[in-house]
Amino acid sequence: MPKVMVIIPAFNEENEIFNVVLDVSKYFSNIVVIDDGSTDKTGEKAKQAGARVLSHIINRGQGAALLTGTLYAIERGAEIIVHFDGDGQHTASEIPKLIEPILKNEADVVLGSRFLTQGIRGALGIPWSKKYFILLPARIFTCFTTGLKLTDIHNGLRALNRKAAELIQITHDRMAHNSEVLSEIKKKNLRYKEVPVTIYYKKYGQGFFDGIKIFLELLKGKIL
Amino acid sequence: MIIKIILLLFFIFALSRVVIKYKDRNINLGELIFWVLFWIIAGIIVILPEATSFIAQKVGIGRGADLVIYASIVLLFYMIFRMFVRFEKMEKNITKIVREIAVRGESSEPKTENRKQT
Repeated sequence: MPKVMVIIPAFNEENEIFNVVLDVSKYFSNIVVIDDGSTDKTGEKAKQAGARVLSHIINRGQGAALLTGTLYAIERGAEIIVHFDGDGQHTASEIPKLIEPILKNEADVVLGSRFLTQGIRGALGIPWSKKYFILLPARIFTCFTTGLKLTDIHNGLRALNRKAAELIQITHDRMAHNSEVLSEIKKKNLRYKEVPVTIYYKKYGQGFFDGIKIFLELLKGKIL
Repeated sequence: MIIKIILLLFFIFALSRVVIKYKDRNINLGELIFWVLFWIIAGIIVILPEATSFIAQKVGIGRGADLVIYASIVLLFYMIFRMFVRFEKMEKNITKIVREIAVRGESSEPKTENRKQT
């Protein structure tokens, strides 16, 4: 079994992080939590649960935290790198099936999808407005700009093999990393596959104005 | 007339500051040239305000004052754009530093291989 490292970025998740790490540790032991400048006990709780913790002394954003973790994992010889949210919205038991296409060498990047239902309601409790007014236009936009036809264009749950991790440059510090990963997949010609996953909606996540922010972040990246 | 003299004195003072900053290596050659030209042009406009009307007519704008304002706005936008770029670069550099600290901080801690919950 190739070395798998699970990267969990977390910002002020002291209530969730212990259980998140515990759940993931049932399947994988190499867990790295990136404490992105939390002002609460996130780092401590993560350590108590048995994870390795890297601490950003100030908050830099989820994209930055994921890159820190990914680079760290590459340094330590990881062959499969999993990105997993620290707020309890992802499901640890789905990681094994997430990495399956990589193990079978069918894909370089595996993207979790809330909408490939296949009998499972992938996005439990997703607000209706989010599904149709935010994600649908975003899917069309993504298909238009990257050529990738995906059912879920904004999902933080993903797995990368070493080659993909080394090739994909996450340059955006904040939430644009999801879109960035997709355009990098296209640019670097990586094999990708979507796998149905379950997301528990505890918070709305990125709203319409956050979408605008992300769009502007991507635009800045192209111009500057 | 007094205002012209006051302004000119100020411009000469500003020029001297620019030269000193260059000598002290606080600004580079490009910036020196830019600011020297800037203050010289400002001085010319003060001495010969008709110059702006002259250029304005050549360019197709009604009044000299309008020309000065349009030109200033364009210049300001450009300078803001430059600042914006540097700001973004700074943010990325900060992240690099924070990342480095995070990784070094981890390696200096006593290594305990992932303890399983007992």
